Amino acid sequence: MNWKTFFAILARDAHVARRNFVALLFQTFLQPLMFVFIFGRVMVGSGYMPESYKSLLLPGIMAICMVGTGIWAVAMPLIAEFQFTHEIEDRLLAPMEISWLAVEKVVAGTLQSLAAGLMVIPAAWLLLRPGVDLRVPHPLLFAAVAVLVALFSATGGLALGCSMQQTHIGLMFSLIVAPMIFFGCTYYPWSALQKFPVLQKAVLVNPLVYASEGLRATLVPQFPDHLPLLASLGALVIFNFLLFTVGLRKFYGKAVS
Amino acid sequence: MLAGIRTRELRKVYTSPPPVAAGVGGFSFGGGKGKGKSKQPKPQIVALDGISLDITPGEIFCLLGPNGAGKSTTVGILTTRVRPTAGEAFIGDYEVWNNQVVVKRLIGVVAQRPNLDFNLTAREILTFHGAYFGLSAHERGKRAEALLERFKLTDRADQMVRGFSGGMMQRLSIARAMMHDPQVLFLDEPSAGLDPQTRLLLWEIIREYNASGKTILLTTHNMEEADALCQRLAIIDHGRVIALGTPRELKASVPGGFLLRLRFGAHSPEFLKRLENLSGVREVRAADSSGADLYADRGGSLVPEVATVASTAGVELLDVHISEPSLENLFLHHTGRSLRE
Repeated sequence: MNWKTFFAILARDAHVARRNFVALLFQTFLQPLMFVFIFGRVMVGSGYMPESYKSLLLPGIMAICMVGTGIWAVAMPLIAEFQFTHEIEDRLLAPMEISWLAVEKVVAGTLQSLAAGLMVIPAAWLLLRPGVDLRVPHPLLFAAVAVLVALFSATGGLALGCSMQQTHIGLMFSLIVAPMIFFGCTYYPWSALQKFPVLQKAVLVNPLVYASEGLRATLVPQFPDHLPLLASLGALVIFNFLLFTVGLRKFYGKAVS
Repeated sequence: MLAGIRTRELRKVYTSPPPVAAGVGGFSFGGGKGKGKSKQPKPQIVALDGISLDITPGEIFCLLGPNGAGKSTTVGILTTRVRPTAGEAFIGDYEVWNNQVVVKRLIGVVAQRPNLDFNLTAREILTFHGAYFGLSAHERGKRAEALLERFKLTDRADQMVRGFSGGMMQRLSIARAMMHDPQVLFLDEPSAGLDPQTRLLLWEIIREYNASGKTILLTTHNMEEADALCQRLAIIDHGRVIALGTPRELKASVPGGFLLRLRFGAHSPEFLKRLENLSGVREVRAADSSGADLYADRGGSLVPEVATVASTAGVELLDVHISEPSLENLFLHHTGRSLRE
């Protein structure tokens, strides 16, 4: 394996991300933070929501930011570069196995997703305080969940970015990403679906459920009604594996005819 | 290490639509007749139908052919981007498909469509490319500077390439392909859309690069370019090599060398036979019910005689076009079609 090439390509992605930093910042954080402000601050402050909602909301918002960032960072360039600008061709001709370029994309997406996740915590905390009660009794477990969520976002981005037509980008967001967010236990804990038993079972096919619940279990364990942490970890590992396998195959199909 | 290019009976059959720049040769739609089966076989498109080439190290070799002849697919296979259906392709001693990483170090590629990294400046495009190939920071800075200078891009070096003109993008693409000093340079339609001045600069740079012992394979459908630049060329059509040799040899292989494209009110086989008997005429081919292509070893001096034969036979001569010995005539002779058609 040619690590020099791998890291040079990673450095290229970092360079481009740095160049687009301000735009990325708005794109990633503006909408979730407005949601935090309205639901966590305005609705709680006016008495429509209980105070504890603040703590339940924050892990969900973190999951949305991470997944949104990773998918965007990996899928959008892939869609454009394979179908429109062909920018990726120079990297496909770099002296490295083609599949490693897909791995590089996943690593770059994971890093960006982690950065987004870690930045949204203080931002949301500032917007919501007082009343947010983050405990994190097991930082290593939290780190493991965060890495798996970030990997999920990047492998999901790889699979989507290599499957979607450029003309279907709008559909990708309205048919896949938006339902995933709304039925992903992001704005509410999974236990809140108890009164909707069918829905509660159905949402379990949504990987974002495990991301939100996994973060909830490690960030705010004082609310015990979350999915078992082991189930979240296991499901995320399986989804990551599946999405990476599918994504890699699709990537290869796009790169070589 | 000097490296040449070798292919043996290369075949490529696409079962899905081929990539845009990978032109498609002969069309043959396989199957689809078995009514009993609900699942129809995918249409098969034969892009290459047994291409064998031997390009010696240090040669400028040209693949000439119309759009869809199979030029880009050949380049695609030689540059690891297209998997051959059958046959073998070598760069130097390395079989391309099984030694992709080694081969990628030996080759530089300029694709037919622009594929520059729009998120980078011109200089960054070169330096990052150098980094992918493991050049040190000092070395890639130095080479980028020299190439920007050579390709007359220094004053735009630190601008994003999004706003570059087509010609500037093409120059930068070629500079990028040369950045890691490859032994074999592939240029797929390098001068398409370039103004004459830039084209001359490009030719000069290609000759200069070749003078340092590098092998260059370029594809074109521009006869003039092939004639001016190439030491040898292969004319390909429908995925097959239909002629191969130096431009001089190939031009000499056209019967007579001169081509008179004639158009009459109407003509008959007897009339064409009479034209063939004129002195210096080597071959007469009916193009359609009113047209005829006349291959001969002289050009203008034949026209009065053709006119005389026509008037005695009561056939109206409507149009005459004379072309001198050229690759265009060669292509027409082999395929019955003009390159531009």
